[in-house]
Amino acid sequence: MYVAVKGGEAAIANAHSLLADRRRGDRSVPALRLDQIVEQLALGVDRVMSEGSLYDRELAALAIVQARGDMIEAIFLVRAYRTTLPRFGYTRPIDTGAMQVERRVSATYKDLPGGQLLGPTFDYTHRLLDPELAAGADVAEPLQRESEAQAMPRVSAILAREGLIEPDGEMPQDHVPGDITREPLEFPMARDIRLQALSRGDEGFLLALGYSTQRGYARNHPFVGEIRIGEVELELDVPELPFAVPLGTVRVTECQMVNQFKGSAKAPPQFTRGYGLVFGQSERKAMAMALCDRALRATELGEDVVAAAQDEEFVISHSDNVQATGFVEHLKLPHYVDFQAELDLVRRMRAEYEARENPLKAEEKREAAE
Amino acid sequence: MRGQEARDQAERKAAMATLAQSSGDDIVRLWNEAALPAEAELLRGPETGLVTLRGRIGGGGAPFNVGEATVTRATIRLPSGQVGHCYALGRDKQKAKLAAIADALWQDPARRAEVETRLIAPLRSALSAAQERRRAETAATKVDFFTMVRGED
Repeated sequence: MYVAVKGGEAAIANAHSLLADRRRGDRSVPALRLDQIVEQLALGVDRVMSEGSLYDRELAALAIVQARGDMIEAIFLVRAYRTTLPRFGYTRPIDTGAMQVERRVSATYKDLPGGQLLGPTFDYTHRLLDPELAAGADVAEPLQRESEAQAMPRVSAILAREGLIEPDGEMPQDHVPGDITREPLEFPMARDIRLQALSRGDEGFLLALGYSTQRGYARNHPFVGEIRIGEVELELDVPELPFAVPLGTVRVTECQMVNQFKGSAKAPPQFTRGYGLVFGQSERKAMAMALCDRALRATELGEDVVAAAQDEEFVISHSDNVQATGFVEHLKLPHYVDFQAELDLVRRMRAEYEARENPLKAEEKREAAE
Repeated sequence: MRGQEARDQAERKAAMATLAQSSGDDIVRLWNEAALPAEAELLRGPETGLVTLRGRIGGGGAPFNVGEATVTRATIRLPSGQVGHCYALGRDKQKAKLAAIADALWQDPARRAEVETRLIAPLRSALSAAQERRRAETAATKVDFFTMVRGED
């Protein structure tokens, strides 16, 4: 028998209008505009774009307001919106070597071609709260410096000259890049599919796993070969034009992690690499992604799989915060019937247990009941 | 002839790149100032969809899918029969339509110079000024290393 219970429509409708009210808050405080969020909470917008896996600043800003600043809820909204749109195609792979660089640092080479460009970074700030910001003080224009445009080769190209570092990751000639938005996850998984999952993965989860590798769980001696942030051009092949159509530019963060590797039965001693590529200015996420990418290559490189960060199925199955929050948060929805069934089961087990432990008392109880 | 065709294609692509990177507001403003014709038959769109952005493993290796971006596209036909296309990041439908008209006008040899000088050139110079400013601001954060001499030799 199945009994459906209905109810709560009025309560739900009223809860949603209460949510709208609380989201707006004190009406004497001006409402936020999306352009304020895009401009002044830019890194929050970037995180929603990256984990929502949709590059669109205004939509990410709208999601942040609608979610009252709850980032995972905002990411969820963006993911849901994505599913309503048709797909025009796959872009040509971006060329990060041709990036209009806004920040570029290397921890391995001091004097690399193009130099170390700090850009708009929190590094070297004192992390002291700034009361002037609270008072809304004017901010000076940034300084400019005359300079010749300089080529900025990726740092991996420099190490490659000595032959001490593995090349950029190749796949077999006929390999078509996998797409987790089209096919269900299957393990073991090719590196290209893992990277797609990591790029949209939860920053906190990947950060914790990356940290665990540094603390000795799947230790792999990382150095930041290079981090670069800036805009790259996108191009799309379409049937109606004889050339790839330019779509505009997007800002991305790329991290080349370089890892010492003592060699194994499968590979000689050399520097191996982990790679991170993320929408927007998302340096911590790109670094964490690169650490996880390298740890997840354990099997490929003949390392023992001993830690969580090396376990592909564990990492990739739990990296998506929309899936994670969906499954965890569904627990608060009504489970009345499930729970009734469980309650009944536990009662029976308890009765059996008591009958075993104390047959006399159970007998008395039954008689009393009868 | 082959060479001329290749040059034309490269110039057309460059014009489309400029339109795609420019803001809809700038395009509308210049369009009105130049009094360019906005009359055209819509053959497709303007419509918004997604493209999947691809990167390369390690920067230069095998391609992989990174995530999606919104793109708006339009295809129009001018009264003269010329067809123009636009694909641009974002969800600005008016921009996509005007950029498609600009593409069609650009292909008409009689209108190309007008589109180039009145629309594309000012957009391009605004974009390159912004790019140059950004580059100079970034250059000011370049680290100049110097060596400290310690002790006496």
